[in-house]
Amino acid sequence: MTVETKLALSATEVRSFSQNNNEPAWFGSLRAEAIEKATELPMPTPDKTNITKWNFTEFPQHTVESAPFSSLDELSAEVKEIIDIEGQENLYIQRNNTPAFLKISEELKAQGVIFTDILTAVREHSELVQKYFMTEAVKVDEHKLTAYHAALVNGGVFLYVPKNVVVEKPLQVVFLNDNADASLFNHVLVVADTNSAVTYVQTYVSTIEQSNGQANLIEEVIAMDNAQVTFGSVDVLAKGFTTYVNRRAHVKRDAKIDWALGLMNDSDTISENITHLVGDGSLAHTKTVVVGRGEQKQNFTTEVRHWGKNSEGFILKHGVMKDSAQTIFNGIGKIEHGASKSNAEQESRVLMLSEGARGDANPILLIDEDDVMAGHAASVGRVDPIQLYYLMSRGLSKAEAERLVIHGFLAPVVTNLPIESVKNQLTKVIEGKVR
Amino acid sequence: MSTLVIKDLHVSIEDKEILKGLNLTINTNEVHAIMGPNGTGKSTLASAIMGHPKYEVTQGTIEIDGENVLEMEVDERAKAGLFLAMQYPSEISGVTNADFVRSAINARREEGDEISLMKFIRELDKTMDFLEMDQEMAQRYLNEGFSGGEKKRNEILQLMMIKPKFAILDEIDSGLDIDALKVVAKGINQMRGEGFGCIAITHYQRLLNYITPDHVHVMMQGRVVKSGGPELAQRLEAEGYDWIKQELGIEDTDAVTEEA
Repeated sequence: MTVETKLALSATEVRSFSQNNNEPAWFGSLRAEAIEKATELPMPTPDKTNITKWNFTEFPQHTVESAPFSSLDELSAEVKEIIDIEGQENLYIQRNNTPAFLKISEELKAQGVIFTDILTAVREHSELVQKYFMTEAVKVDEHKLTAYHAALVNGGVFLYVPKNVVVEKPLQVVFLNDNADASLFNHVLVVADTNSAVTYVQTYVSTIEQSNGQANLIEEVIAMDNAQVTFGSVDVLAKGFTTYVNRRAHVKRDAKIDWALGLMNDSDTISENITHLVGDGSLAHTKTVVVGRGEQKQNFTTEVRHWGKNSEGFILKHGVMKDSAQTIFNGIGKIEHGASKSNAEQESRVLMLSEGARGDANPILLIDEDDVMAGHAASVGRVDPIQLYYLMSRGLSKAEAERLVIHGFLAPVVTNLPIESVKNQLTKVIEGKVR
Repeated sequence: MSTLVIKDLHVSIEDKEILKGLNLTINTNEVHAIMGPNGTGKSTLASAIMGHPKYEVTQGTIEIDGENVLEMEVDERAKAGLFLAMQYPSEISGVTNADFVRSAINARREEGDEISLMKFIRELDKTMDFLEMDQEMAQRYLNEGFSGGEKKRNEILQLMMIKPKFAILDEIDSGLDIDALKVVAKGINQMRGEGFGCIAITHYQRLLNYITPDHVHVMMQGRVVKSGGPELAQRLEAEGYDWIKQELGIEDTDAVTEEA
């Protein structure tokens, strides 16, 4: 099906944006071709959520100007809390569409680690970026939103860890949104070369109540042979955004990815997190927690696709729904022909806190190979009254007992976030949302 | 001294009457054993005292030092001094044992007067050692993946940390091996004294070899039908319950089923 869509920017405008940024020719062409494709390609079709009436394409302006931070003292208290100001050695802050702060340790530089905003990387590490940018994990022409993203990229991060380099301390990124007219077409590209290890933790934080913009986010992780990547994200985008977020990993031989995703947006959100276990012996743990509230409509698809032999994928998704929030959880374990001895496990649980909320957990196993293991568990329910009785029988009030059960339910991601300040922030966000 | 008084208690579950006029009075500094065949309402009594949501009290009163327990929420009953060591403790994922016990202790204290972390840790360590529990169990999620014996020990750990006025032990001995049973009994015996009273519900005399009761009550068909001293438990162990049935003219026809 071909759908003609009038887009906010023309090919000419996109190309001149690229030229003004001094981007290399290949990137300008990629953008221009992508915008052409975006007019024709169909929308994605997330299972069980109808998005035909959602507005993914209109926004007030493509980029907004924001002042960078000359020192972390200038950050608002809310943002400061997310960062260990003294201890965090490697930190990037993007303010709306502006690279606003970058700190990278001498040690990391000496090891050859590249950690910079994506548009600087396109200019300064052109060949490396070209090799991986929407070539292996996500493709430009998958559907309208991937093409639109490629055409309009206006922020994001590039992280490259060379062969055999083990980065001990987590790298941190904060995407600060404090302008209601900002749209975020952020592209995060993490490449962990052979035998390397890295932990990357990002936070999306809106300090505005209501946004008029789009959030079309694509994040790609390439884990080369025997590399280990931990990818943590806490998303707290404001109401008003239409959010499309696509997080994808390509995991090669004996490599490993750990996703820890705290998806706390107040916007309507389509989230897709796909891990391709390409190499033999590759491993993925994806842990996702979600809180839906208000009138929010969200769709979360988590998929682990097994191509390599002896590959193992574990999906854990826990969601809490309140008010009239509607959420679909699709969990897919797919074992391709030839991926023998693989193991696909998943668990999806939804906790309903109010009558008007809706949550569906759809576990799907697609298996095209005989010699494998697979399993799933799914449940949708209320807080167990017997659990509350047990906790209350020790003197805890009903509210406190419920709070403990809910926090416990969302703990799998909280405890897996490797930066203490981000962990605390997620706990606080959860506290604020479920109250 | 505190007193727990149960009068003419009638309790139903899903419209089926289980307790049919039960009377019992317990003071602190006393240990009472409640024995009886399966399905006579022993666990129902424990659940009704604590306020289990599925059990409905249709008649009678429960008072602690003159306060009406039946009007209290479950947490208020706990704060009034009641503690139930459950037969099947819930598993709560994501909440560590230590955090939970500390919350329970602080729930009894005024805001601003919470137990200090150091003092709490010292006391928890000491109590876990006493109960021969592995220290790592403090950081495990509440009862999650615990064996039957570990769960029972964990109930006694909570009991010893919370220090209630009255503890009800609902078949604390079922499924325990002899070593675990000794440890559990050691915990209860440690608690015995001026400020503490206990109701031990059990099928088996075995528990009472380690926790010597001051009073023994026999329950049948939803009532206490016979009370006595420790010698009553010994006679039940030796002769079973038939002699009581004959003595009191009780027939088995309408034995009630007990909710686990």
